[in-house]
Amino acid sequence: MSVDQTTVAKIASLARIKMSDEELARMAPELSQILDWVEQLGEVDTSQVEPMTAVIPNTLRLRADEIDPDPLTGGNRRDDVLANAPAAEHGFFGVPKVIE
Amino acid sequence: MTDLTELGVKAIRDGVAAGEFTAREVADAFNGAVAGAQALNAFIVATPDKAVEAAERVDADRAAGRDLGPMAGVPIGMKDLFATDGVQTTAASHILEGFVPRYESTVSQNLWNAGAGMLGKLNLDQFAMGSSNETSHFGNVINPWRRQDGGNTDLAPGGSSGGSSAAVAARIAAAATGTDTGGSIRQPAAFTGICGIKPTYGRCSRWGVVAFASSLDQAGPMARDVGDCAIMLGAMAGFDPKDSTSLDLPVPEWEAGLSDDLRGKKVGIPREYRMDGTDPEILESWERGKQWLRDAGAEIVDISLPHTKYALPAYYIIAPAEASSNLARYDGVRYGLRDLPVDAAGKSAGLQDMYAATRAEGFGDEVKRRILIGTYVLSAGFYDAYYNQAQKIRTLIARDFERAWTECDVILAPTTPTASFPLGDKADDPLAMYLNDVFAVPASLAGLPAMSVPAMLNRDGLPLGLQLVGKPFDEQGVLNAGLAIERRAGFDARPERWW
Repeated sequence: MSVDQTTVAKIASLARIKMSDEELARMAPELSQILDWVEQLGEVDTSQVEPMTAVIPNTLRLRADEIDPDPLTGGNRRDDVLANAPAAEHGFFGVPKVIE
Repeated sequence: MTDLTELGVKAIRDGVAAGEFTAREVADAFNGAVAGAQALNAFIVATPDKAVEAAERVDADRAAGRDLGPMAGVPIGMKDLFATDGVQTTAASHILEGFVPRYESTVSQNLWNAGAGMLGKLNLDQFAMGSSNETSHFGNVINPWRRQDGGNTDLAPGGSSGGSSAAVAARIAAAATGTDTGGSIRQPAAFTGICGIKPTYGRCSRWGVVAFASSLDQAGPMARDVGDCAIMLGAMAGFDPKDSTSLDLPVPEWEAGLSDDLRGKKVGIPREYRMDGTDPEILESWERGKQWLRDAGAEIVDISLPHTKYALPAYYIIAPAEASSNLARYDGVRYGLRDLPVDAAGKSAGLQDMYAATRAEGFGDEVKRRILIGTYVLSAGFYDAYYNQAQKIRTLIARDFERAWTECDVILAPTTPTASFPLGDKADDPLAMYLNDVFAVPASLAGLPAMSVPAMLNRDGLPLGLQLVGKPFDEQGVLNAGLAIERRAGFDARPERWW
């Protein structure tokens, strides 16, 4: 199925990527071409096939219910977590005002 | 003394252990080579101090009689997709430019624990999306190889691990890490005449690796020969409780298990990989590969992987779908770039506008293209038709391989449909670019170990690779078949130094 510029604009807004009209005009035929090409998957009868969920069978492990079992990932790393933030104050991430 | 940059992983490790030279001398030699190869643009950041620091530690350990690790004294390049504590990690993107992790990826930590040192962070396709290294925010990597046609056209080093492949081929790193999502280790290895192996999904921890498509991403080594790959993979792999998809299995002694005696082994030749229009020289390399494996004692059998033609389109639904979700974290809040537009009245934009502007500014075209495809195929009304159908096809592709393993032990195929091509040749045609990975993607979808080894030079004097695909967890079978080819192919061609 081909996508037009309006559809691409809608996808771009869902993906939170600002796009100019010129970019949308360029992207629409490229996405159409790619989507037309993947359409061929429709040829395969998959009515009796389960979708793959894990490529190598592996059961999900739960971590132990302990506080800070791993010094690196266990918490209490606020300064490290905030170290790369574009804006941080008082131990919080800074963001533009959300509520007027 | 021979130029130390001529030495690979095993030669350096054994030479350092035997006291033939010091790790510091090796690090200095490679640091010099890195500094002298800027024309290749293989590194985003060089870290000569890190290489020296690691080398001095190894030399001190040796002087004190302590045990040396399996990679002791070996300076390597680290693909800039691995988080490295205190060293900028960008995934070759603008959105992560200046990001300095406060933690180390498990794979890189394993390598430092094994005695390796870091020469720097290697360039790649942005977020590992690309097959030619033309999507990096930091410019194209240039293949050290050139066509023997009197011209000096810049060729693609392959992608996404193109900085890795170029650095190893140009002898400016003893080895390098790569990651493979749909061929990103094997295709660049083939384009530059080196070896690279993607292990079974889950062998190497993904913790601290910038995520592209989580169900496919797998790290692996890129090195000059099969033996070096076996050593380095052993150092990289291992169970990691921090990655829920990590395999809780012991790491086999791959280096000790190397053998090119393939008597009793069956090698499958998938008939569907013989596609219309395949380059005759690619087919010739495949024929030679069969003969080499026969010489090593293997029996060649024809096999069928009937859903091969659907692997690439399925991949280009699954990988972008996972990418669109993984890359949602780049929003200008927690790390990386923030673009906060200001209107004419000087009023700052809101949160939503900040997200959209940051992502518009921070992502390159190919990354945006894939995020959009992924968003589309996961959106309401299309999920079943695209994503679910692709996951069902993935099941069928995995079943094709399972059936093949009842008939053979390892599969031989070309790594790529062509040799390296000039930079810019396919840049405007995403589909033509995607076709580069047509032979590599099926093994990725099935999570299987797969390796590329150099086979021969084509008429232009460019390397061609052969691919070996093995059963789950059978990296040894893949390495051994690779070794059998390596020993018989006698591939010793090198790019002529021009940089």
